[in-house]
Amino acid sequence: MHVTQTEFRAALLDADAPVPSGLLDGAGAPAGRRYAVYRNNVVVSLIEAMKLAFPTVRALLGPNNFDSLVPMYVRLHPPASPLMMHYGVEFPEFLAGFEPLAHLGYLADVARLDLEIRASYHAADALPFDPNTLQATPEVLAQIRLTRAPSTRVLRSRWPLHDLWCRATQPDAPQPRAVGQAVMITRPAFDPAVHLLPTGAATWIDALMTQDVGTAIETATTAAPEFNFATTLTLTLQAQTFCAPQKDPK
Amino acid sequence: MFDQSSPPRRLPNSVGVGYKPQHFNQMREAPGPVEWIEVHAENYMGDGGRPHAQLRALSEDFALSVHGVGLSIGGETPLDRAHLTRLRTLLDRTNPASFSEHLAWSTHGAEFLNDLLPLPYTATTLTRVADHIAQVQDTLGRQMLLENPSSYLAFAESTLSETDFLAALVHKTGCGLLLDVNNVFVSCTNLGLAPHAYIDAYPLEAVHEVHVGGHDEDSDDHGAPLLIDSHGAPVVDPVWALLDYTLARSGPKPVLVEWDTDVPDWPVLRVEAERAASALALLQAS
Repeated sequence: MHVTQTEFRAALLDADAPVPSGLLDGAGAPAGRRYAVYRNNVVVSLIEAMKLAFPTVRALLGPNNFDSLVPMYVRLHPPASPLMMHYGVEFPEFLAGFEPLAHLGYLADVARLDLEIRASYHAADALPFDPNTLQATPEVLAQIRLTRAPSTRVLRSRWPLHDLWCRATQPDAPQPRAVGQAVMITRPAFDPAVHLLPTGAATWIDALMTQDVGTAIETATTAAPEFNFATTLTLTLQAQTFCAPQKDPK
Repeated sequence: MFDQSSPPRRLPNSVGVGYKPQHFNQMREAPGPVEWIEVHAENYMGDGGRPHAQLRALSEDFALSVHGVGLSIGGETPLDRAHLTRLRTLLDRTNPASFSEHLAWSTHGAEFLNDLLPLPYTATTLTRVADHIAQVQDTLGRQMLLENPSSYLAFAESTLSETDFLAALVHKTGCGLLLDVNNVFVSCTNLGLAPHAYIDAYPLEAVHEVHVGGHDEDSDDHGAPLLIDSHGAPVVDPVWALLDYTLARSGPKPVLVEWDTDVPDWPVLRVEAERAASALALLQAS
């Protein structure tokens, strides 16, 4: 009696599916609940991976609620790669479409934040940016190109994403305000840090990917007239948003 | 048959531990008898950050074993070439003394199931696994070690014993073996076999690393013992005794203590390492 891996797998993530025949205990009897060891290993290991990956979602939802929700997700979305550090990329969409939690509309963005924090943690290393580069006349400064560090991430949300993150990670944090917030993740050494971005800053940082400093200021000011370049520059330098220019891969 | 012009690098015949990031500082300050570490390959396949930095720092003090958990060598489908390439990149970057993987499957179609799943031992699976090992060794340009699994059930279709299956793989591919004596104890208990007889039948001449670790105890539908390979507890006395029995026949080998879940503080793991070191020391004294 040949058991294919398709048959073995089919019953792994479906607790109601019968154990494939052809699997035995040591005495030649049907394997019965011995097969459940594999079922349990798979589901428990994926739940543990989700706990590690989404600490902010878990804190806001409550550990018990998270732990009862996640088995549904892991059965629907098993990993697509042995790189478990990437597991969970469909979780924001899953949360966005999960009707019983529709009243917590911000959860999908919080899940995106957790994904980006983990991506920042594993991002490539880069040489630090030399702030002396900015000791220049306004005309020269405007033409400088800034390189975003590989570990830097920017997220915009129509929810108070930074306040929610504070609420999840700091016991005394106040109630989140009813505003949309943009958040920047940077990794000065090895630990990602989460920053609230002032108005227009996200636009400026994103514009720097294709524009020099001066043009990016124009872009940001057009999108948000209250954009404050001095404040934003100070924040991004302190947070180590940028890295040394990387050589062209020729 | 894999052939390399120079002799393969080997781990020292001393004690290693499965590396856990929470032990980074303490194990460098007070390593005790630990001379080498083993890491799971997939945890170091990011682009940078702390995992890379820690591995670089540890490599100055400890020999390194890279242990894969994601290749799915026992899979029915072809090996994931992208994953093999990632593995090659990692091994080129870290230059470990040893690379090992499991006699198991974990990938099915586009899914990775994050567990070491069992396969039957037949002429068909022998050919398939041997082809996969040959492909791995050719791609990586080095010998690999293959680890025996913890089994919770058997396949009616199996025609070969696990030890004969492993010996045939060594013969066909030139791979080495990683003998996990806890897995031997778990599998033999679960399937009603004698652990000592398993060791007697095992091709010990191909072993270049030995594992010990902890397991949990449960029971099956009939009340028979069912041991679970949890790596979440101290090594039990019968497994230490099986290690002694194995080393007495194999001679000194690199011995690794694994503790992957409910990971204790470093001093607790170091006590386990010291016990493994004692087993090696007494062997050399006798």
